[in-house]
Amino acid sequence: MSLALFIEQILNGLQFGVMLFLMAAGLTLIFGVMGLINLAHGSLFMVGAFACATVAAATGSFWLGLVASLAAAAAAGAVVEILVIRRLYERNHLDQVLATFALILIFSEGTRWVFGSFPLYLDIPALLSGAVRLPGGAQYPVYRLAVIGVGIAVAIGLYLLIGKTRLGMRIRAGESDREMIAALGIDIGTLYTLVFALGAALAGLAGAMVGALQSVQVGMGEPVLILAFVVIVIGGIGSIKGALIGSILVGLTETLGRFLLPHAFALFMPPSDAATIGAALASMLIYIVMALILAFRPSGLFAANA
Amino acid sequence: MKKLLAASILALSAGLAGNAFAEPVKIGMITTLSGGGAGLGIDARDGFMLAVKQSGNKEIEVVTEDDAQKPELAVQIADKMVQSDKVDLMTGIIWSNLAMAVVPAVTAQDIIYLSVNAGPSALAGAGCNANYFNVAYQNDNFHEAMGEAANKDYKKTFILAPNYPAGKDSLTGFKRYYKGELAGEVYTKLGQTDYAAEIAQIRASGADSVFIFLPGGMGIAFTKQYAQSGVGLPLLGPAFSFSQDVLPAIGDAALGVKNTASWSQDLDNEANKAFVAGFKEEYGRLPSVYAAQAYDTANLILAAAAKASVKDKDAFRAALKEADFKSVRGKFSFNTNNHPIQDFYVREVVKDGDTLTNKIIGTAFTDHKDAYAGECKM
Repeated sequence: MSLALFIEQILNGLQFGVMLFLMAAGLTLIFGVMGLINLAHGSLFMVGAFACATVAAATGSFWLGLVASLAAAAAAGAVVEILVIRRLYERNHLDQVLATFALILIFSEGTRWVFGSFPLYLDIPALLSGAVRLPGGAQYPVYRLAVIGVGIAVAIGLYLLIGKTRLGMRIRAGESDREMIAALGIDIGTLYTLVFALGAALAGLAGAMVGALQSVQVGMGEPVLILAFVVIVIGGIGSIKGALIGSILVGLTETLGRFLLPHAFALFMPPSDAATIGAALASMLIYIVMALILAFRPSGLFAANA
Repeated sequence: MKKLLAASILALSAGLAGNAFAEPVKIGMITTLSGGGAGLGIDARDGFMLAVKQSGNKEIEVVTEDDAQKPELAVQIADKMVQSDKVDLMTGIIWSNLAMAVVPAVTAQDIIYLSVNAGPSALAGAGCNANYFNVAYQNDNFHEAMGEAANKDYKKTFILAPNYPAGKDSLTGFKRYYKGELAGEVYTKLGQTDYAAEIAQIRASGADSVFIFLPGGMGIAFTKQYAQSGVGLPLLGPAFSFSQDVLPAIGDAALGVKNTASWSQDLDNEANKAFVAGFKEEYGRLPSVYAAQAYDTANLILAAAAKASVKDKDAFRAALKEADFKSVRGKFSFNTNNHPIQDFYVREVVKDGDTLTNKIIGTAFTDHKDAYAGECKM
C-alpha cells in the first residue's frame, strides 16, 4: 500500500467528515438551544440540493445555485419553524419525533410532486473540475479539496459567531436558561427562528455541495441524517466543537475502515471472503466506535451541559 | 353437446370481434412508485400501460399499487389483490427482495405471476414454479454478458457491487464468464453515495478496466465521482447503472461507458420502433430497459389471453409459455424454467443531439440461457 493511496484516503475521510459537520452543526445547535429533535433536517439537505440543481439548470451557474440553496433551505427552515416547530418546544421528545417525521414525508412527497421521481442533474462548476497532484504523487479532485475548505471556513465562522458576537451570546444564554433570557427582554421566538434558519441553511449548503458529487433525488437526506445523529451523539449534544471533532472522527473511521478492513482480513483468508466480511464489518465500525465512546463518556466527548 | 355449441359460438364471436378475449382479465400490478427507487417502477408501469393502451382492448383491467420498495408492504398488497380484488394475474415487482417475499406466496395460491424485472436465482433453479414466468431475465444474465464481453479487451478488471444478495449474484455472474485476472473485488454498503475510498483503491490497483453494479442513485454518484477523479479507466457494467432513467442525472460523465442488456432503444425491429415512438409520444421521454420489459410482459399477457381463458389455468399457462408475441427484443422464448432465452447486447452511452442514450455496439450472447435451469424440476 503506497503512501499516496494512504494520503488520498485520509483526505477522503476529512472531506466526508466536514460534509457531515455541516449537517451535524445545525442539528446540534437546534437540539442544544431549543431542546428539539429535528428529524426533518435531512429534508432541508434535500431542499438545498434541489434548489441548487434547479437554479443551476436554469441559469447555467453553479454559484447562483449555491446561493439559491442557502436561501431556499433557510426560508424553508424559517417557515417550518414558524408553522410547526414552534408548537413543539413545550412538548416531549416523542411528539417532536412524530411531527418532524411527518415533515420528512411531506417534504419528500412534495418534492416528488414538483420535480418528479427521476433524479436531477447537477455537475460541479468548471472552475473546480479536474484533479490536482499532491505531494507524494497522489491525485486528488479539486472539488473535494474545495469542500474541505468550505467546511473549515464554516467551522471558523460558527466559532466566531457563537463565541464573539452578541447573537452568539444570546444563543449560548438560550442554551443554558431559556426562561431567564426571555425575562431579560430578549425576543426568544425570533432567536429560535434565526437559529433554526441558520441550521437549515448549513444543511442546504451541504446538500448543494454533495448534490454535485452524488445524485439529487428524493430521500437523499435520510442516510446523511442518521450519520449526523451519530456525530452529535459522539460529540456531545449541543456542542459545536463536539460536532466538528465527532464528524471528522466518523468521516475518518468510515473511510479508512472501508479501505483497511478488507485488506486486514485478506492477510489470513481468501480475498473474496475478506471483501465480504471486511465490508460487512466496516459498515458497523462507526456504530462500534459510538458504543465504545458512550461506554466511557456517556454524554459524548464534549457535552455542552456537562 | 351444449358445451360444444357454446364453445363454437364463443370461437365464432371471438373470430368476429377480432381481439376480444375469451374472458376479461384482471391484473394486479405491485410496483415501486415512491421513494428512491420510484423511477424504475414508474417506467415499468408506464411501459405496461402503453401496451395495454395500444392494444385498444377494453377487457383488460389493471389494478396498480405502490410498494414503496418495502417487502412487508408488498406482501400486504398482494394479499389484498388476491383476496378482495380477485385478480387473475400479478406482475410489476422491481426488486428481488420484494419478489422473494411475494412470488412464492401468490404462486402457491395458483395465481400466475409474471416478472417485469426481478429474477432472483432462488426462483430460477430448485424453487421454480409453473405459475411463475420471468419475462425480464435471471438476475445473473446482464453481468454474465459483461463478463463475456470484457474478455475481448481487458485482462485485469476491478469489480465492485453493493453488499446484498443481488450484488453478490452480480459479481458471481461476471466471474462465471470472465477469464482475466481481478485487480480487486470490493463490496460496498447498500445505498452508499460516496465512493472516494473505492476510487482511490481502483487508482492504486493497476487495473485496466472497472466493472460496477450500482443501480439507481448509487450508480449516479459513482459515475460522477469517477469522472471527476481523473482515473480514466474504461467503465463497464450491466445496463441498470446506465439506463435511460439515470442517464440525464449522470450527464456527460457517462459518455463512452459500455453496458450490457437484452434490449436497447436502437434495436432494429418493428415492435421496438413502435414501442420507442409510442413511449416518447405518450410520456415525452425515452423508455428505459424496465419500460421495455414491462411492455413485453403486457404484450405476452395480451397474446395469451387472446388464445386461452385466464380461468383455465392450464391452457393459459400453455399459451403464455408459447410466448407468441412480438417482443421489442426481437427474439424471445421461454426455457424449461419459464425464464427467457434471449440475446444480450453490448451497448455504449452516446450523445444523440442533446440526449444521452445507449447504442448497440456488439452482441455478447446469442440465445443465452440462465445457469439455474438445470436445477428446475417442473
